[in-house]
Amino acid sequence: MTTNTLQSGVTRRQFMVGAAGLTFTVLIDGCAVMRTEERGGAGLAAMPADGSLNVNAWASIATDGTIYIANPAVEMGQGSQTAIPLIIAEEMDADWSRVRIVPAAPDDKIYGNPGFRGLMYTAGSATVTGYWDVARTFGAQVRRVMMENAARKWDVPLAELSTEPSTVVHAKTGRKLSYGEIAAFAQIPAAAPAIKPEELKKPEQYRLIGKDVMRVELPSKVNGTAQYSIDVQLPGMLYGAVLRGPVEGTSPLTIDDAQARAVSGVVRIVRLPFGVGVIAETPWAAFEAKNALKVTWDRRARAFGHDSDRAIAVYSAAARDLGRAGKPWDTAGDARGAMQKAAKVYESEFVCDYTYHAQMEPLNSVASVSPSGDACEIWCGTQSQTMAVAAVAKALGIPVEKVKLNLTLLGGGFGRRGHRDEEFVVDSVLLSREVKRPVKVLWTREDDVHNGRFRPLSVHFLRAGLDSSNRIVAWQHRVACDEITAFQDPVRYKGGGEKDFLAMAGSELRTYDIPNRLSEQLPQETGIRTSSLRGIGFGPNKFATEAFLDEVAAKHGLDPVELRLQLLKNTPRGQAVIRGVVEMSDYRRKRPGRGVGFSFIDYSGTMVAAVAEVSIDKTRGKINVHDFWLALDPGIAVQPDNVVAQTESSIVYGLGLALTERITIKDGAVQQSNILDYGVPRMHDIPELHIKLMSTPNRPTGAGQMATPVVAPAISSAVFAASGARVRHTPFLPERVRAAMV
Amino acid sequence: MAINFSVNGKPVSVNAPESTRLLWVLREELKLTGTKFGCGAGQCGACMVHIDGERMFSCLIPVSAVQRKAVTTIEGLSPNRMNALQRAWLAESVPQCGYCQSGQLMSAAALLAANPRPTHWEIKDHMSANVCRCGTYPRIVRAIERAVKEG
Repeated sequence: MTTNTLQSGVTRRQFMVGAAGLTFTVLIDGCAVMRTEERGGAGLAAMPADGSLNVNAWASIATDGTIYIANPAVEMGQGSQTAIPLIIAEEMDADWSRVRIVPAAPDDKIYGNPGFRGLMYTAGSATVTGYWDVARTFGAQVRRVMMENAARKWDVPLAELSTEPSTVVHAKTGRKLSYGEIAAFAQIPAAAPAIKPEELKKPEQYRLIGKDVMRVELPSKVNGTAQYSIDVQLPGMLYGAVLRGPVEGTSPLTIDDAQARAVSGVVRIVRLPFGVGVIAETPWAAFEAKNALKVTWDRRARAFGHDSDRAIAVYSAAARDLGRAGKPWDTAGDARGAMQKAAKVYESEFVCDYTYHAQMEPLNSVASVSPSGDACEIWCGTQSQTMAVAAVAKALGIPVEKVKLNLTLLGGGFGRRGHRDEEFVVDSVLLSREVKRPVKVLWTREDDVHNGRFRPLSVHFLRAGLDSSNRIVAWQHRVACDEITAFQDPVRYKGGGEKDFLAMAGSELRTYDIPNRLSEQLPQETGIRTSSLRGIGFGPNKFATEAFLDEVAAKHGLDPVELRLQLLKNTPRGQAVIRGVVEMSDYRRKRPGRGVGFSFIDYSGTMVAAVAEVSIDKTRGKINVHDFWLALDPGIAVQPDNVVAQTESSIVYGLGLALTERITIKDGAVQQSNILDYGVPRMHDIPELHIKLMSTPNRPTGAGQMATPVVAPAISSAVFAASGARVRHTPFLPERVRAAMV
Repeated sequence: MAINFSVNGKPVSVNAPESTRLLWVLREELKLTGTKFGCGAGQCGACMVHIDGERMFSCLIPVSAVQRKAVTTIEGLSPNRMNALQRAWLAESVPQCGYCQSGQLMSAAALLAANPRPTHWEIKDHMSANVCRCGTYPRIVRAIERAVKEG
């Protein structure tokens, strides 16, 4: 049986290297001992103890029919741990009940997301869309190899063969061979077979895509067995806590740790470039000691002196100063010239406060640095496996090959866990190096808020010029905000032409038929820690553009829905979701004492239209959102019920950002400290949600966050419909609502 | 000092400073990591356990306060780790990131123990002690209603 023995000791038939460096292995020694709980389809396989499964493979087929598929994405609740293997399995025509999913090794060359310039990075609702072509092509290659082998075995033409799940069929003679049986004798071609796009399955042939299988990790999430990095337990492990300075870039000037050292269980207190680390026998001791530290901080860091309330006027002045050119983002035609010639020009200003991710699992990581410091093993929930490995290697001055990553589930991500410096992972590495023992570093919730990295404060100044036939012919959107991309990911910032795409995305209006457009950024250098946050720039930018369009429509006597339908005259899929949501919400119906508001966005090709119904308690300044209707077309929905779940999730997230959530900053420091004073929505805050998934057989364009940005403008338009007042500053706090009503 | 109590029906004895919160004893000493740390301040419910049958924020309870009491965690919620609520949670595909769900289930179980047929509004009111950042709220309501119906 044996034909090749590899250095790992595993017996394999052969390797096949195909397009884009994809590797496919047929296991012939039945090392398929990986059995995990099997409920509702494929289980998540643990790596076998003998290391016999080469993780540098996208798929392996064992002779017993077990199929191992590598998952290049991380799982933070969005379901791509299931979705990507499901797409591969679909084109393989694999029997899903025999599929086991293994985490892909951190290697951008093999597993990088083509949608993220080849980076292993799970973000931006870009996983299914980014891997869509390679995953399908690879699955189809495996299926083709299975069929070619069966054709040789039976000496029949390839064209006479077809497949059923995990089985090659010769219909003429009724013969069948399972993939496992084929794996026992398979010969693998030197080069991967070429698969033409037209040879991939048509949507009507799908057995798995569009059919809703249970997400593989779900059973572990109802019985307490799901493993997050915070759950990792290692022999001899200590606990770490880190006191960081109030602002980015500061360092300790003086450290008085007398009281901290007196806490029972404290092992070591360490000065770090950015703060003070405490290592203790228990988490509680680490927290108590950290709280007992008395530290003064170097005042030279830039963010000292920054005050978010005062900054609004500064940002506003920059946004409104038309003589000051910004960094262009979206340009079409001649916006300035067309504005001058317009028959009527409208202007308005919108503000969005700093906001915080509030992922449920506070940041944490576990590291075990070797005694000589030349190797390291880490356990973490990161949005980028390769960024984590690189950041750790850099911190220790060792090659990336010397860093072993154990990826866990993430207790929420929302953009917080994908920064290039992976600071919360490096924390445990630095402390483990000090004591030469494994260390679990825990951020308290207060740490997570105070050391947060925020969606920036932004002020938006918008102008729209209409011609004499009521058509919008000129559009200008000036965004003054803290920069994000340069701070979060200097590598992608430099590689991407120094464009701040995380802040500016969504200010482009490519779908709307407006011939002359200019969106530009007025970057505000504040030194505040910033981050992508669910919906990235679409959140603030779509609030501004959609709320402004509603304003323009009202002032100019246009119907807000008809206006969007006209602007989308070249985008029938956009018009379709608008008609869908208008119908399902009975938008035209008058509702005494209440108002309905409409909003539309095209988020990277996913079409989203929403209607909110609100009433307003004018005395208390409270907006009550009663119902929220939303129709979306994300193209093909790989897991339709999960697309609905993600949409519910993004609406709830958007409600918080619209109504209650904000971070304020005084002298550079964050003023909030926990869930309550930040204002995360709870069950009693949530309206009835009505979601209509209007999939079309188009390439999938993402669904993880597409609804978040549509919420605030729909609500602000509903507030106007109910009261005649405009709320233009998120969150719509009671005092802001009351002020708008005057 | 030794603190004696029971966890999921088994007697335990721990030595920890009295102020140590029960959460950290459960997680790091008794290795019952299904109970989660979310806020440390009784604001999110990720740490919810039952103490003598009542739901409690284990992040707030000093371990000394459970002397001679019975603590139940997600690991002990059901004999075979699958009861009507957990089945309903899967049927409605409730969890997303999943981190808050142990606490959600413990809250839901406490609700149904005290009020086997809660109304829609009673569910929303009771469950508002727990935060889910993934916004699985509509599915949690549906799952509880399903568990009530299917038992």
